[in-house]
Amino acid sequence: MNNLLRLEQGVARQVEDDPWTLIREPEQGRPQGLLILPLAHWLQSPSTHAVWLGPDDDVESVVPWLASLPLIALDFPSFRDGRAYSQAYLLRSRFGWAGELRAIGDVLRDQLSHMRQCGFDSFAVREDKSAEDALKGLAGMSVLYGRSVIEPRPLFRRR
Amino acid sequence: MYQYDDYDRALVFERVAQFRDQVERFMAGELSDEEFLPLRLQNGLYLQKHAYMLRVAIPYGTLSAEQMRTLASIAADYDRGYGHFTTRQNLQFNWIELAQVPDILERLAQVNMHAIQTSGNCVRNITTEAFAGVAADELIDPRPLAEILRQWSTINPEFLFLPRKFKIAICSAKQDRAAIMMHDIGLYLYPGRDGQMLLRVIVGGGLGRTPILGVQIREGLPWQHLLSYVEAILRVYNRHGRRDNKYKARIKILVKALGIEAFANEVEEEWQHLKDGPAQLTEAEYARVASAFVPPIYHTLADTDLDFGTRLAESPAFARWVARNVQPHKKAGYTSVVLSTKPGLSAPPGDVTGQQMLAVADWSERFGFGEIRIAHEQNIVLPDVKKSDLYELWQLACEHNLGSANVGLLTDIIACPGGDFCALANAKSIPIAQAIQARFANLDYLHDLGDISLNISGCMNACGHHHIGNIGILGVDKNGSEWYQITLGGAQGKHSALGKVIGPSFSAAEVPQVIERIIGTFMRYRESEELFVDTVARIGLEPFKERVYPKALEVSA
Repeated sequence: MNNLLRLEQGVARQVEDDPWTLIREPEQGRPQGLLILPLAHWLQSPSTHAVWLGPDDDVESVVPWLASLPLIALDFPSFRDGRAYSQAYLLRSRFGWAGELRAIGDVLRDQLSHMRQCGFDSFAVREDKSAEDALKGLAGMSVLYGRSVIEPRPLFRRR
Repeated sequence: MYQYDDYDRALVFERVAQFRDQVERFMAGELSDEEFLPLRLQNGLYLQKHAYMLRVAIPYGTLSAEQMRTLASIAADYDRGYGHFTTRQNLQFNWIELAQVPDILERLAQVNMHAIQTSGNCVRNITTEAFAGVAADELIDPRPLAEILRQWSTINPEFLFLPRKFKIAICSAKQDRAAIMMHDIGLYLYPGRDGQMLLRVIVGGGLGRTPILGVQIREGLPWQHLLSYVEAILRVYNRHGRRDNKYKARIKILVKALGIEAFANEVEEEWQHLKDGPAQLTEAEYARVASAFVPPIYHTLADTDLDFGTRLAESPAFARWVARNVQPHKKAGYTSVVLSTKPGLSAPPGDVTGQQMLAVADWSERFGFGEIRIAHEQNIVLPDVKKSDLYELWQLACEHNLGSANVGLLTDIIACPGGDFCALANAKSIPIAQAIQARFANLDYLHDLGDISLNISGCMNACGHHHIGNIGILGVDKNGSEWYQITLGGAQGKHSALGKVIGPSFSAAEVPQVIERIIGTFMRYRESEELFVDTVARIGLEPFKERVYPKALEVSA
């Protein structure tokens, strides 16, 4: 149970059967099943497992594997660390990542709409918070002045 | 003035509803202090020593009469009857109840105002100079691009959790009255050879603990690329700016660490991906926004007014006010008037009561086109006043304690709220400002001294811009008591400079005497009508030190 929300065709729903296990400390052994491994670890032996990047990691380092990666997760060690928003922008808009892009870490209701705008489509809400409640934060506001991953045209081109 | 359309209105009202919900969840214990903090900051709400403070955005310092009246009503209904104008052209209410904030924001939204991003680690209020659109030395009106930037930076999802706050200023006059060298991004707008609008982009300026003047990274950028270029800078900063130490997190530290060339290369490389894309501004959008800033319909007036001339000759006090507080205007027969918020003991710098706000709103309609500006020096500007109306306006301003003839003089002090209000301050600012104002109350003497800027900050965060005051005063903490360090030689504008510390700091009681000695030294060495800042540059700090720190004082101390 990953306390997960996912957008499917633009509709958000709570995911009860998420198959992925997030591995923060791979030294402590790997469970069976589908894993999301830290970048450095994953790069040692690229595999069919998924990868997660911290804010210090370079998104460019996963670019050669985008065709085969099943999922990429970006970590928010604190919700006030906004680097993953730019990482998401680069993965989606510059490098064309079209697969699942998951927010992990300090993922909270009041930032979900920003994450969605920057191209995240799944959200592992922090474990002590209610994913159902967080769902209310996903829509955000109806007006976006500037542009984003999901709305690349600024408002002045849509006004 | 820019008029909100359905999009702008929807955004501010939805934002109020969103924050109302967040305040309720916080008060119900569903949001922790830590989780609520950036949410309230990005809605302009600080927690100060005694109460919450709400900072209302006044984009590029422009207000309508109706908006000013709304601020007065908020001061009366939710605060203690006054507000404080800041160096970034905003207004702060100091005595606010958290539970009432959503209602205040709703009242603001009704007159096309908000408090969005007036704090927090995001792009702050876009500032320009108070005389934009009317200054005689203006090249291009900077307000349309300022408004375009305001919109683009408002709730821009990628850049709401930057390493630190991010300030952008734009100016387009011969004199730089917007302090663009002191901003994270400073933009200088000027016409190219074919008349096309171009931008000089300056990056990495800032005050605070590590004061640095900005450095130019781009010359001749066509205006259509404004948003994509700023986006490139912000993305480089968001990715690479330091986050381990809040005092090293401003973009200036990143620029310094990488070196301007490497930083500029990063930006250029990022920009190559963005330029000529959807962020490129269109003529249509510029025209749409610029249409809100077309000049009002001025009367055709003679440049001289007979009555005005007579009044000047008859009343030395009026003449003095005109000499200091009245600025030249683009249109013959018109002027811009600065109403000083620095009367001395009766009110702290920048503080304006609700009654004064109402009076200013009335004057803006009676003597202008219903528009008001807030200056970076915390004063109020009426941009379009006929020369023939100046005498009457002056009399009214004096009645309302807004007629001090001291703009640009030693008592036109810039001061932050300081230790009386601010939880960050090391020392009080307001009593120091008022003690100096009381010491230099003789207007004839003040006028003889000429232009001198004196800026006071209660801590090294430098909200009072002490680094760029000709005389700067910084509150410091020494073993739990309040001391003041003095710098000389700072300047804003085209010849921006950072002041230099003259020596050990002083107690509050000593400060007025020290300022007196500094001024005495200036008068002794001054050549004819030389400006204070020029005398300091010519003779250096030594003569000042000698008189400020005589041997006798050292012994007794």
